[in-house]
This record gives sequence, C-alpha cells and structure tokens, in this order.
Amino acid sequence: MSTMTEVMTTADAAGGSRGSRRRPTRRPLASPLRPRKSVAFTLLMGIFVIYSLVPLVWLVINSTKTQAGLFSSFGLWFDDDFVFFQNIWETLTYKDGIFLRWFGNTLLYVVLGAGGATLLATLAGYGLAKFRFTGRRAVFAVVLGAIAVPGTALAVPTFLMFSQLGLTNTPWAIIIPSLISPFGLYLIWVYAVDSVPTELLEAARMDGAGEFRTFFTISIRLLSPGIVTVLLFTVVATWNNYFLPLIMLSDPTWYPLTVGLNQWSAQATGVSAQPIYNLVITGSLLTIVPIVVAFLGLQRFWQSGLSAGSVKQ
Amino acid sequence: MAPFLVVFLLVFIAPVAYSIYLSLFREQMVGGNAFVGFENYVALFVDPQFWEGLGRVTLFLLVQVPVMLGLALVAALAIDSARLHASGFFRIVIFLPYAVPAVVAVLMWGFIYGDNFGLAANINDWLGSTVLTPFAREWILVSIGNIVTWEFVGYNMLIFYSALRVIPTDLYEAAELDGAGPMRVITGIKLPALRGAIVIATIFSIIGSFQLFNEPNILRTLAPNIITTYFTPNMYAYNLSFAGQQYNASATVAIVMGVLTAVIAYVVQLRGSRKEEL
Repeated sequence: MSTMTEVMTTADAAGGSRGSRRRPTRRPLASPLRPRKSVAFTLLMGIFVIYSLVPLVWLVINSTKTQAGLFSSFGLWFDDDFVFFQNIWETLTYKDGIFLRWFGNTLLYVVLGAGGATLLATLAGYGLAKFRFTGRRAVFAVVLGAIAVPGTALAVPTFLMFSQLGLTNTPWAIIIPSLISPFGLYLIWVYAVDSVPTELLEAARMDGAGEFRTFFTISIRLLSPGIVTVLLFTVVATWNNYFLPLIMLSDPTWYPLTVGLNQWSAQATGVSAQPIYNLVITGSLLTIVPIVVAFLGLQRFWQSGLSAGSVKQ
Repeated sequence: MAPFLVVFLLVFIAPVAYSIYLSLFREQMVGGNAFVGFENYVALFVDPQFWEGLGRVTLFLLVQVPVMLGLALVAALAIDSARLHASGFFRIVIFLPYAVPAVVAVLMWGFIYGDNFGLAANINDWLGSTVLTPFAREWILVSIGNIVTWEFVGYNMLIFYSALRVIPTDLYEAAELDGAGPMRVITGIKLPALRGAIVIATIFSIIGSFQLFNEPNILRTLAPNIITTYFTPNMYAYNLSFAGQQYNASATVAIVMGVLTAVIAYVVQLRGSRKEEL
C-alpha cells in the first residue's frame, strides 16, 4: 500500500503539469541565455544514468550464469557458460511451473484490481465533479484525508477484518483493497471539472440522452487522458504490491510474483537451505520486463494524452 | 459514486475504526477481551523496542530524504536547463527504477551488496581487503538508504520537472531582459516556483520513511542478525501481529505511527504554505 501513496504524487505532478509538458527543444526561450548543449554537462549527468542502470545491467548479465558461475565470475561481466535460456526454462518449470502460476495471479490482481480501481475512481470522480448532492463536500474532505493515511496503518486491521469475513487467503483479499485509489478519484475529479464542459452535458440532457448514455458517449472520451494516467499508476501499484499479499496470503498458489520471488530468495537460508540464486535472478528479470515495457509504452501515450488535454491553456 | 463509497468504507474507514477499537482493548489471561483504555498506549511509550525503531526511521528520514530530494532537484534542474544532449533519455532512464517492484530492487541490491557473489565482494577481492561491508551493523542503514534513493530519486525528479515545465516563459524573457544569469534564474524563478512541489515531495517522503518496511524486511533474509524484528516501527507492528499474535499492541503501533505521520505532514504543509504567502 505504501507504493500506492507514492504513486499518487507523480500522478499529481503530472496532472499539474498538464499542458506544458513538451520537449525542451520545442519550447522557445527554454532559458534566457538559450544555452548551447554542453557535452561536459551531459557526461556529468551520465553518472545519474549509470547509477540508475547498474543494478538492472547487473541483473541482465547475471541471469545468464549458472549458480556456480555466479560465485566464480565477476559481477558485471559474462561467465564462460551462457545459460540464459536454460535459466528461463528452469524458472518457468521449477516446482511444476509455480512461477507461471504467480505470473497469472499477478495478472489477475492487476486486471481486476487496477481496472476496478480506475473504473470506480472515474465514476466517482466524475460524479463528484458534475453532480450536486448533499454531503458532496464532506465526501471530498474524507477522501482527501485518506490520501494522507499511511497504508500500513490500515494493513493489520484490514487483515483482521478480512479474516473474520473469511476473505484472507483468497484473491479477494488482494483485489478488494486495491479497488480504492483516493488519488485516482482526486485526479479524475480535477480533470473532469476542467475538461468536461457542463454546457455540453446540459445540451445532451436537453436532447433527451440519459445520464449513462451521456457519460459513455461524451464524457468518457473527454476524460480518457486522465483515465489512462490513473490506470497506469494503479497498474504499477498492483503489479508491485508486496505488503498486502504478504499479510493476506499464506497459500503459495495465490502468491503474486513479488511475494513468490522473496520466498525463493528466503530458501537460501535456514535449516533446509536450498539456494536457487540463479532462478531468483532470472525470475526477477522476468518480473520487471512486462512492467517496464508497459510503463515505457504507456508513458508515451500518457504524455501525449496529457498535452492533448491541455488545449485550453 | 455509490460503489466507490461502499468499497471505501470497507477498506479505509472500517479498518481505521477497528484499529482504534483494538488499541483500546487487551486479551487477558482471565476474562478474555477487556477494555483497558489507554493502557496499550502507555505500554508502548515505555517500550524500548518501539523507541529504537522510531529513532532509526527518524535518523533515516533526516539523512536519506534530504539527499534523495537534493539529487532529484539537481537532476530536474539539469534536465530542464536545455543544456543536456538527449534530455528525454535522461528523464526516462532516471525514472525507470520507479517501475521496478521494491522486492526486485531489494533482491538486486541485496545480491550486489552480498559477500558471496556481489559487486561488493568483487571490489573487496580486487582491493584485497574488506573495505565494503554493506551488511555490517554500522552500514546497514546506509545500504537501505541507497536502495530507497535508487527507487525514488527519478520519481521525485519527475515531480520537480513537471513543476518546472509550467513556469510561464515570459518570466524567463523578463529575466533575460534584466540580464539575469542562469544561477540567478534558478534562485529567483525556478526554486520559488518549485516550493509547492518540494512540499509535496517532502510530505510523501516522510510518510514513506515512517512506513519503511519492504526494504529492511526483504533484506532480513540476507542479514538476519543485523535487522531485528523491531528494526522499524512498521516491522514491529507486523511482527507483533503475525509472529506474536499481539494484535492489540500492533494496532496501537499502527495508530501512533499514523497520527505521528499525519501531524508531521500537516506541520510541513503549514510551514510550506506559510512561506508562500510571505
């Protein structure tokens, strides 16, 4: 849950920057001096890039080694044995393919959790922005307050509650808490106020369109950049979720990738230690590939979506 | 609207209420669950393990957060300065670690730190010494700080960068007419414009530090003797309920930490916005 709160801030920053997110080169007068590009400065910033990439490079390189090779070779270069594909095969088939099971679980939690969170946040945020009803302000205040509540303060009582309801150790224990994204609601609310003109809704009502039809034919299109942003961040949050499934699940067949990987890593210590470092490393790589790809792919869409929604600037 | 509120009540309001309820009761040997008022809180305030964890995250907060936000600020200003080649590349790459799950980040760094086959071991072999001991008691907090910084520096950079992009260009034009140099533009225009973003980033970093759990908990398998079950208040709460079945004490820790975080976040926000008015 802590990732959830952190995720929200970026969405906020991105929402705040709506309209002005352009590549620096396209912005005239980026700086008063219109500075020339500096190679030395670029190289200096390269340190940042190296810092960001070293662990990832390390992971890729070491996913090509055997367990023995991990110990005998230098960390940032390849070993003589190149067993990348064997490692992948072993990771996928270890203990009757439990990794694939975890992968499927993660997908399930992401699709239902993040998808549901986005849907609920969209409907509720839109409702708050466009309909007047009593208690509207109170709802808003409570939801905003919820953003500041530390996720882990909720985790233990949520577990106890869910265990009374008999929900622990089922997928629902992961999906239901993922359904709420106070920040997603906030973002859609702010977005809807700006991007869906009330006159348009009134015109649609005059023409006899029902609220649902208006929403699905008109509003949802105007809101789509905001929806994509919320979806992106809820997907990252559920994919990376660790604390909640750790608490809620004891049956390994329902684990998501994150908890499963840590269990594999923990195998290396203890009484019946059975280290599978090479599988942990390859499994880690396989875990981050989809989310990184989705992130980079979606981010482009999301960035263009943000500037597209900024016509009014 | 209604479905959101129903789920919201279930996963936010109900657990908070239940937490408060739990923190006021205690399982007794005789008589079962009994109302004990604030006794759990009193017990917590004299609990050295709780104070040790709280002290540790406070230290972490005071050192790691400024370092991380400072680096993020430098990166954001550099990328915004238009003096970099391929600034889009820098932005994406520095942000990339944010998409990496905390578990994978900790495992990667944990292996790199490790003396079996990690880079730390490689460097030690090369130097023929044992200079680098990331899992030693005096370095473990730094090692954790490095992981957290790695994960979130790009994300904070993006917050700052987004705030820099909305500065109206006429301000820069005016500064140019007045003959202001780049440093003057940074101190006179960019930093004041970033105040709101800095306040937000600070608040979220404070929340993150007080909640510190994933990183130490996962590293525990690699350094079990150094990282105790009460290393951070959050780990303490977790271990109280899942290893010790002391749900009431655990709920008390959660409530105290929640209130503490909320108060500090509120104070930071007040200070941040008051400065804005001046």
